[in-house]
Amino acid sequence: MSGPVFMNHEVTTTSHTLAEYRARGGYVAFEQALRDYTPAQVGERAKASGLQGRGGAGFMTGLKWEFVAKDAPVVYLCCNIDEGEPGTFKDRWILEHSPHQLVEGMLIASYALRVRHAFAYIRGEFDLPLRRLQQALVEARAAGLVGENILGTGFSCDIIVHRGAGAYVCGEESSLINSLEGKKGYPRNKPPFPAVKGLYQKPTVVNNVETLATVPWILRNGPEQYAAIGVKKAPGTRLFGVSGHVQRPGMFEKPTGYPLAQLIHEDAGGILGGRKLKAVIPGGSSSPVLTASEAEAVTLDPESLGKAGSMVGSGAVIVVAEGTCMVRLLQVLSRFYAHESCGQCTPCREGTDWMNRILERIVAGQGTAADLATLKRLPTGIQGNTVCALGDAASMPVASFIKKFGDEFEHYVTHGRSLHEGRLAP
Amino acid sequence: MNTHFTPALLEQFDALRRQYPPEMNTSLVLPLLHCVQDANGFVTEADAHAIAIYLGMPSIQVVEALTWYSMFDREPQGRYVIKVCRNIACSLRGSERIVAHLQQRLGIDVGETTPDGRFTLKTVECLASCGTAPAMQVNRTYHEQLDEAKLDAILESLP
Ligand SMILES: Cc1cc2nc3c(=O)[nH]c(=O)nc-3n(C[C@H](O)[C@H](O)[C@H](O)COP(=O)(O)O)c2cc1C
Ligand code: SF4
Ligand code: FES
Repeated sequence: MSGPVFMNHEVTTTSHTLAEYRARGGYVAFEQALRDYTPAQVGERAKASGLQGRGGAGFMTGLKWEFVAKDAPVVYLCCNIDEGEPGTFKDRWILEHSPHQLVEGMLIASYALRVRHAFAYIRGEFDLPLRRLQQALVEARAAGLVGENILGTGFSCDIIVHRGAGAYVCGEESSLINSLEGKKGYPRNKPPFPAVKGLYQKPTVVNNVETLATVPWILRNGPEQYAAIGVKKAPGTRLFGVSGHVQRPGMFEKPTGYPLAQLIHEDAGGILGGRKLKAVIPGGSSSPVLTASEAEAVTLDPESLGKAGSMVGSGAVIVVAEGTCMVRLLQVLSRFYAHESCGQCTPCREGTDWMNRILERIVAGQGTAADLATLKRLPTGIQGNTVCALGDAASMPVASFIKKFGDEFEHYVTHGRSLHEGRLAP
Repeated sequence: MNTHFTPALLEQFDALRRQYPPEMNTSLVLPLLHCVQDANGFVTEADAHAIAIYLGMPSIQVVEALTWYSMFDREPQGRYVIKVCRNIACSLRGSERIVAHLQQRLGIDVGETTPDGRFTLKTVECLASCGTAPAMQVNRTYHEQLDEAKLDAILESLP
C-alpha cells in the first residue's frame, strides 16, 4: 500500500512541476481556504485533524498555531528544512518529489496565522532539494500564488528561502531563529516559546516540512478523514525512512500504528545477506535503541514505542544486523553529538565530550571498568539540565546502548577488543 | 561605495537584500557569506568586515557567524572538495571503506589537500542520504550508494 498524503503519484522527471501538481489537485485547498474560510477556520481544521509535528517532538500543530496572539501585528512562519537528525531523509524526499506540496502548506499556514513573510530555512548542504524548492517558488509566483494580493484576494505572502551553514543544532527551533537573525545558532531558554517571542521578538511558528506539507491534504479531504487514519491518539500517515542493514533501504509512507517488523521484513525486504536482526533505532539517532525482540513486537506510534522505552522521533528507522559491534556504533554517535554540541551549557558541552573521549578510549582497546562506570553515570547528569534537547538526544543512545548491549561493553573493556571484530558494515 | 567586492557580487548582495523585509537586515549575514564563498571558494575576515560595512552592523557579529558555522572555509580549498558522510547509516553501509579508498587513491589524509590543489578530503555528518548510503558530496553534488568502482568512475569523470 502506498499512503495517500505523499506517495500518491508516480515519481517521474516532471512530477515535481506546478502543472503536474495542479493536475493532481494541487493548490485547490489553498484557493478554497482563501475563498471560503477565515484564518481561524483553517486553524480549527488543523486542530481537528489531530496532526502532530513531524520534526521529532510531536507537538499538536493546531495547538501551536493557537498560541499565536490573534492581534499580533507581525507574525512569522519558519519551515524547518534543516533535516540533520542522523537517519532522517524524509523532508528531502518531499522537496525533491513534491515541492509544491510544501509551498501550498506554507501558504495555507501563513493565511491561518496572518503571516506576510514566511521563511524556508534549508540546510546549507542540500543541492537538488534547494533547486526544486526555488523552481517551485518561481512557478508559484508566476502563477500569482505567492507575493502581493494573491489571486486578487488581498492576501499577500512571500516565501524566502534561507540557507543554513552546517550546524545540526540549528534544527532546534530557537537555534534556527537565532541563525535566521544572522547570529550563531545558540538555542534560547524557554519560555518564552517562539509562538510568543520568536524571530526578532515577534510571534513565530516553526514547523517541520512534513507537518506543513500535510496541511493541504487535510483541508482538501477534511480533518475527520485525516483523524481516521492510523492510531487515534497520533493519527495520520508518516514517512518512514529505513536505512542500515536491510535489503531495500528507502522511504515508505505508512499509517501510524504500522508494525515495525512488517516495515523491516516486508517493505524493506528483510535483513541484508539473510542475517538476523540485532537492533533497531526507531526514530532517528537520538531515540533509544531497541533490541531485536523489542523491535519485532512494537508498532510505529508514540504509545507502543513509548512503552518500549523509545519514541517515533523523526520516523527514521535505522536497522542493525547481527554481527555488528554496538560499541563502535555508539562511538559514531557520541562523536557526532560531541561535535555538534553548541557549547552553551556546561553539562552538554563537557558531557558530550567526556562520553566521546571515553568511548574513543574503549574502542582503542584502552578503556577500563572505571571508564564504563563513568559512561553509565554521565547521561543522568546531562538529561534535564540543558537549554535545549540536544543534551538529552546525546544521552539517550549512550544510556540505552549500555543498558541493552552491556555485555559487549564489558567484553571490550575486559579484553581490550570488540566482541564482533569492530564490524559496522557487512 | 563598497570597493572590497566586485560589482557582480555587490549586485547579488543587492538582489538578496531586496528579498528580505528591511527590518530583517541582520538576517542577510549568512546569505552574503554564502555568496562570497560560492564566488571565491572561501571567506576571509576582511570579507566579513566588508559585509558588516555593507549591512551597517558590527563586524564582530559577522566574524562570529563566519567562524561558528562549519560550512564556511576561511582558507582556499582544493578545486574539488570531497565530503564523505561518517555518520550512522553510512557507517553501517561501509563509509569507512569509502574513506580508506579515497585516502589511498588521493594519497592524502582526511583534512588534507593534494599538492596539486585538485582535491580536499573531508568527513562530514549525516547528509540526509541515509537510505542511499554510503554517500558523499563533491562540491555541491551528491553521490550515493557508493562503492570502490563507483568512486573510481567519479574521480575519473571530473574535468
Ligand atoms: C538538536 C535538535 C535538532 C533538531 N533538528 C530538527 C530538524 O532538523 N528538523 C525539524 O523539523 N525539527 C528539528 N528539531 C525539532 C524542532 O526543535 C521543532 O520541534 C520542530 O521543528 C517543530 O516542528 P513540528 O512541530 O512541525 O514538528 C530539532 C530539535 C533538536 C533539539
Ligand atoms: S544542550 Fe547542548 S546544544 Fe543545546 S544549548 Fe546546551 S550546549 Fe547547546
Ligand atoms: S548517515 Fe550518512 S547520509 Fe545519513
